[in-house]
Amino acid sequence: MKNIYKKSSIISENAFCPGCLHGVASKLIAEVLEELQIHQKAICVLPVGCGTLNMESLKLDRVVAAHGRAPAVATGLKRSLPDNIVFTYQGDGDLASIGLAEIIHAANRGENITVIFVNNSIYGMTGGQLAPTTLVQQQSTTSKFGRNTSTMGYPIKMAEIITQLESPTLVARQSLDSPRNIIAAKKIIRRAFENQMNHKGFSFVELLSNCPTNWKMKPIDSLDWMRSNVIPYFELGILKDVEGGK
Amino acid sequence: MSQLFMKGNEAIAESAVRAGCEFFAGYPITPQNEIPEYLSWRLDEVGGVFVQGESEVAAVNMIYGASCAGKRVMTSTSGPGLSLKAEGISYLAASRLPAVIVDVARTGAGLGQIKPGQNDYWFVKSPGHGGFKTIVLAPHTVQEAVDLTYMAFDLADRDLAPVIVLADGVIGAMMEAVTLPPFKDTYPDKTSWILNGAENRESRIISSVTNDLNKLESFHVYQKELYESWGRKDVMVESFMASDAEYIIAAYGTSARIAKTAIRILREKGIKIGLIRPITIVPFPYEAFEDLPYNNVKGILVTELCIPSQMIDDIQLGVLKRIPVHTFGRGGGFIFSPEDIIDELNKVFSLED
Repeated sequence: MKNIYKKSSIISENAFCPGCLHGVASKLIAEVLEELQIHQKAICVLPVGCGTLNMESLKLDRVVAAHGRAPAVATGLKRSLPDNIVFTYQGDGDLASIGLAEIIHAANRGENITVIFVNNSIYGMTGGQLAPTTLVQQQSTTSKFGRNTSTMGYPIKMAEIITQLESPTLVARQSLDSPRNIIAAKKIIRRAFENQMNHKGFSFVELLSNCPTNWKMKPIDSLDWMRSNVIPYFELGILKDVEGGK
Repeated sequence: MSQLFMKGNEAIAESAVRAGCEFFAGYPITPQNEIPEYLSWRLDEVGGVFVQGESEVAAVNMIYGASCAGKRVMTSTSGPGLSLKAEGISYLAASRLPAVIVDVARTGAGLGQIKPGQNDYWFVKSPGHGGFKTIVLAPHTVQEAVDLTYMAFDLADRDLAPVIVLADGVIGAMMEAVTLPPFKDTYPDKTSWILNGAENRESRIISSVTNDLNKLESFHVYQKELYESWGRKDVMVESFMASDAEYIIAAYGTSARIAKTAIRILREKGIKIGLIRPITIVPFPYEAFEDLPYNNVKGILVTELCIPSQMIDDIQLGVLKRIPVHTFGRGGGFIFSPEDIIDELNKVFSLED
């Protein structure tokens, strides 16, 4: 029988909630690293939040940074070990709220690292509080009546902000809601790592994700909600691609 | 070996280079700016890495990352910046990562003033959340700042822990003759724990978090044992004219060198006075105070460039109320003179009556 699918050897258990797309993000990273044969050179900088659970699932050298500081830790690692592959895996609270300075400045310095930003519009690990990316009118445990723009502002579009900087060479946003988008996400993750291998500088991939547990939805409904609410606000596509002339 | 005339901050920076510091990240703050300024070009010369972080928060996390890679790392700052680095220092301690942190202390809480002060004493003993300690080395000359910085890297590597060099704005800004140490050419082997890619070995994790509570508690027990071991082997203290002293000044850093001058003046007048100078703030030399001849010593004056006194807590622990202890300090960035100390001694002990 022909073997058409093989689980990546660097993924162990899935530590995430049932129906959560973090597991898909981790799987795609693992597959890409293995396909590019760089998994033995890779160092993963983990965030504080649900992404921390990758400490259980990714069989790579990895370090858990303080909340939001992964890009600074990655800077120290990559500058010390320029021949290794260094990437951060960060959620929206980690990257777009407490770690805003670290991500902007690592991007602006053009650190030759890869950033995987998993945006599920909520603080998952702490139980569903308002995130910088929570949608307008979306409910959370600290916005019971929905995000009110007059006091809570609007969801932050990180990929667009990173795109404004001169140094980053690849900035993209994809979604993990469907097989079609997952295939596209894997393709762009692969490019982001190839960029680093080719010493092209800072790559940023935002992956739209879900949180059935804290959105209080069935996983299947969370995907529908992504399609009708999240994706229309956070536009998918490649925002900046210096190699590709964009 | 030839001597050089160097500014304290630059001497600290050069000593770090000679100790094998390969990675420095910092953020501008007075009165330590000459350290990052010097290292910004000097590390480049020796093949090291200098990064100016976007904040103290970022800088300490950059050295966290470089320490994961096995590099000898340092950052430097002053009080307000140390507050911001407290998070990262806690993570360094909890992740068992060696690092050297230089605090060129200034005066006051909040923004305070850029004038010299010894206001971070309480803070540097456990500079972060969660209950950990750092070895703290407190120089009182530029030469000692060089020697202690050099030593700090070895202590950090020995214990896999952050080590603090506590200087102050006077030590950082003054110029003195120094003999620089040789370039180190051998370093501890870190290949058993660093992150450099899981090639032909199991993958590793460096983390301050674990879901294994027994493992976490074992680490806490390890910390306790580590701190106790410091008390046995790492205490450094200078006893200056103190063996027959009836009066003792307790001081560290800049205030200790001012006290030495006061003591020399008083000794010429036949007054039996001496200095006990902690060189390690952590571990504190309690024994130097426990072992004082209590029937002979009439009083202790703790002198510091801060108000209120901070070191008095440790002096009292050593003395346990067996000798009267007074404090004398200046706040606001003012520096007292030897004569100010003598006046205070006369006031509290009627020395020259």
